[in-house]
Amino acid sequence: MDDGDSPSEDLPPRRDDSAPDLGSPADTVDPAALYRGIELDRRTFIAASIAAGLPYVVRDHRKWASLAGAPATAEQFGDVVEGALVGPAAVPVELMINGASHRLRLEPRVTLLDALRDYAGLTGTKKGCDQGQCGACTVHIGGTRVLSCLTLAMSVRGRPITTVEGLARGTTLHPMQQAFVDHDAFQCGYCTPGQLMSAVALLHEPCGPSASDVRECMSGNICRCGAYPNIVAAVQDVRASHASTHTGPASAPASLRRS
Amino acid sequence: MRPVTYTAAADVAGAISAVAGNPDAAYLGGGTTLIDLMKIDVMAPAHLVDVTGIQSRDPRLARIDEMGDGRLRIGALVSNSDLAHHPAVRTRYPVLSEALLSGATVQLRNMATVAGNLLQRTRCYYFRDTASPCNKRQPGTGCSATGGYNRMHAVLGGSDQCIATNPSDMCVALSALDAVVRVRGPAGERTIALVDFHRVPGDSPEQDTVLEHGDFIVGVDIPALPFAARSHYLKIRDRSSYAFALASVAAALDIQDDVIRGARLALGGVGTKPWRAREAELILVGRPATVDTYREAATAALRDAVPQRHNAFKIELAKRTIVRALTTVGRMV
Repeated sequence: MDDGDSPSEDLPPRRDDSAPDLGSPADTVDPAALYRGIELDRRTFIAASIAAGLPYVVRDHRKWASLAGAPATAEQFGDVVEGALVGPAAVPVELMINGASHRLRLEPRVTLLDALRDYAGLTGTKKGCDQGQCGACTVHIGGTRVLSCLTLAMSVRGRPITTVEGLARGTTLHPMQQAFVDHDAFQCGYCTPGQLMSAVALLHEPCGPSASDVRECMSGNICRCGAYPNIVAAVQDVRASHASTHTGPASAPASLRRS
Repeated sequence: MRPVTYTAAADVAGAISAVAGNPDAAYLGGGTTLIDLMKIDVMAPAHLVDVTGIQSRDPRLARIDEMGDGRLRIGALVSNSDLAHHPAVRTRYPVLSEALLSGATVQLRNMATVAGNLLQRTRCYYFRDTASPCNKRQPGTGCSATGGYNRMHAVLGGSDQCIATNPSDMCVALSALDAVVRVRGPAGERTIALVDFHRVPGDSPEQDTVLEHGDFIVGVDIPALPFAARSHYLKIRDRSSYAFALASVAAALDIQDDVIRGARLALGGVGTKPWRAREAELILVGRPATVDTYREAATAALRDAVPQRHNAFKIELAKRTIVRALTTVGRMV
């Protein structure tokens, strides 16, 4: 999908545009900073390392955005007014992602997937087919799993969005993430964020108890590497250790809910 | 995707006026068809009117109500998942629950609405390929499927202009159940029987349904049909999950003392619209509930079938699917 040409003047720069300038000493920190809650992601690391030849670069995209340009004020992000026509140029949109408010400027045609990856800087959600067939982009809206590639960001303004980045609690993995590790439920890992979001949602869906039920409930997530048996094992492991998770929508223990 | 303008509709009346007054506007529901087709430039509305927020103002659009006269009233914005798992649907109309759960995936069913499913576009690969001529996508350019690869295409209801199948499973069940679509347009509200809602292509395959621009689907009513508790949806596809039907059957039988007193039969995957098989129903009623009866009905249902080069197998497949579905229903207690 074409996201348009140049951002308007008060729009924080897109990640891809901003990465090359990251080599200033102020952005270079000790790796131990990772454990103090500062983000280092693979994409930033690679891009910035190439650009500046530095071994470790850390940044917070929101901090970066505020350094690079004046962020829009709160008043500008009131909300899209019901009944009003907006676009096609970018308009202020507030998305609630993993419990945090993200104030973005988006064209109405921007999908939630592109908003997450290219505007909010949350690249955990993956773009596979981008046409609703592979499940790599699965996220939760209000606790329900949907495909972010077929969802316009505009249509989920203000609703609670959970991505794979929202599953862990600090350094403690969600039980499903841990089960995927324990069962070696991936090879290349590209489909894994979507698999995890479906698997976590499945815990409070009316999915039958058997392995074949799990396969059916997970059929919207394609794994090119063929890790399916291990994925099913991981899901069943978590279900078994949190009894009665398959009996109805309201039965999942609070510890398994993330949205 | 092309640039679009966007309006979050506040209520039904506002949505209708926003779309009816603009020939380039379209309603946006779950988005599973529209956003997909906009990305590949098969559909290109310039203005989207998002109706998903209306339910906060008008909760009936997202509700399933059992009416006093036994009807089941389903709001337009009810998701395919919620409809499939609703207790009244599971017990009173299992054919509908099974049809919904046989379609797509959990993620897509969570997004897809009842109204959107009624308007689902064909999965004909030529329709989805803007490099190919297609009368449904671009009237007058010709049909690439009739002389091309047509394994997935229709054997019933086609014309020389178009042989694209309707891909919906839900609509096949609704067709069998005599469902009624409730529509509100600029001139007020009206009802359309589900069997009359979709069109066969004829000379205007670009028109999938009888709706006019601006018409807003309010919901679907299913009449009380006590024997529909004894119903079944059987879908045959290339893989065991997440595939469109090669042939599918929605069947309900009213059997008393081994004699069929009432029958509902509709086919999917083989027709240019959800295909109600009334000739087969006429054969079934009054006859003993035996495999021989079912075979005769199946033959009648496919009597007018016209095979293409690659899909002749669908005729025999559909017959066998009918016999198996009716046999399954006949054995239900």
